[in-house]
Amino acid sequence: MVDKVVEIKNVSMNYHTLSGETQAIRNLSLDINNGETVSIVGPSGCGKSTLLSLISGILKPTSGSILVNGEPVAGPSSNVGYMLQKDHLFGWRTIIKNATLGLEIQKKLTKDSQAYVEHLLDEYGLADFKHHYPKQLSGGMRQRAALIRTLATNPDILLLDEPFSALDYQTRLAISEEIWLIIKKERKTAILVTHDISEAVACSERIIVLTNRPAEVKNIHEIYLTCDKRTPISCREAPEFRHYFNKIWKELDVHV
Amino acid sequence: MSKVEASKEHQIYLQKHKIRKTSIAVSQISIFIAFFALWEIAAYFKWIDPFIMSQPSRVVKTVVSLTSDGSIFLHTGITVLETIIGFLSGTILGTVIAIILWWSDFVAKVLDPYLVVLNALPKTALGPIILVWIGGTTSSIIVMALLTSIIVTILNVYLAFKSCDEDKVKLLTTLGAVKLQILSKVVLPSSIPAIISVLKINVGLSLVGVIVGEFLVSRAGLGYLIIYGGQVFKMDLVMTSVLILAVAAALMYLSVNWLEKKLTKMR
Repeated sequence: MVDKVVEIKNVSMNYHTLSGETQAIRNLSLDINNGETVSIVGPSGCGKSTLLSLISGILKPTSGSILVNGEPVAGPSSNVGYMLQKDHLFGWRTIIKNATLGLEIQKKLTKDSQAYVEHLLDEYGLADFKHHYPKQLSGGMRQRAALIRTLATNPDILLLDEPFSALDYQTRLAISEEIWLIIKKERKTAILVTHDISEAVACSERIIVLTNRPAEVKNIHEIYLTCDKRTPISCREAPEFRHYFNKIWKELDVHV
Repeated sequence: MSKVEASKEHQIYLQKHKIRKTSIAVSQISIFIAFFALWEIAAYFKWIDPFIMSQPSRVVKTVVSLTSDGSIFLHTGITVLETIIGFLSGTILGTVIAIILWWSDFVAKVLDPYLVVLNALPKTALGPIILVWIGGTTSSIIVMALLTSIIVTILNVYLAFKSCDEDKVKLLTTLGAVKLQILSKVVLPSSIPAIISVLKINVGLSLVGVIVGEFLVSRAGLGYLIIYGGQVFKMDLVMTSVLILAVAAALMYLSVNWLEKKLTKMR
């Protein structure tokens, strides 16, 4: 497998509306390595989500190129899984039917893939809820079900677009821990977009700080934390945690 | 919770609730009885002219005589059948057109002003035209029923399609869905409640179309009985038909309501 799973080369992205043209991303280059968890932080509206949409192939860059596993992105592919802010489980489908949605769309719903999804649901505590409807589940369980829906098509790369922001703070801490453990266990590469600096420091090995719009890479931080188990919650106790937090906070240069 | 003996305070609360519910039901039934009783008495003592205003006992007699020759079933059946065909075809055809509009934003934009005008136009005004074009047959009546319901269906279902959560559509796009899959996996299923509520509106609208159609075609059905009774001054027949129509309309509405409960239970 290639070491660099995502290569973003000199990408620019412009939006056109009747009131004018907006440059969302300017000449941005970035590599993501296999198996790492990377967070992207930046000022609100700086084009973080646009970057994820470009990697997932649902948008095409104005210029530059994006390679996933060495191949140029031509459209949505099963190599890349996208997780949105809310779980967006469909109320009219049971959990198992929600989880197999991607397989159904990609026409890959076979006995084997069905069994794989069942295995994931069993493994991650949803065994008894397969035939329940989403509204019968708690917020945390729904988020897990949404992750399993993303994992079902077996993507190498997960794009997480503020996946915890719709949850309350306690649930958010617990779920980010759980999701992080699942991602590591399944050996996925993850790109996390977040507003939450502490979440970024706790969850990732690298943090990419973007500038104001049009987004460029402002700085890249390698995160080294001294703690026994490197999981998001225990990371928060590491002595370096505060140091990274302050550095990134200053770089974001927030003025209210 | 319920197994524990309820507190005195809670019992009083529950009792108050029960009394309120009972008094609402009693009032509803009283109005019903008072209306017909007053009508009967007023006609009996000639405060009103029973020849013009009819009378509940005459209505009952009319029902009996219509039942004995079976014509009540024929006319009610025809009206109900025409209405059902009308609102089902109006809902289905309207939904299909709404799908076309959703599919092509260009077509939707182009047709927008025409839909607005057609929606504002009272469809019953088209009755004589349809009568001339299609002829005095049941088809004319069904087309009337269809016309009264289709525009409302198109507008409401299209609106429901458009208000489908963009992020749910985005989710499907990231999974690689094509437009047809977006329609069948998320846009249509999420619009089912809206389509059923349109179905409910359409029961009433189609009935308007059917009755006006029967007025014009004048062959059979409750609308025919009403117009015929009016022309020959048999007000008993008119009143009877109107009352049967009210019952039939209510029953059709309740069946769609029941269907809605069944279909939306799992959501």
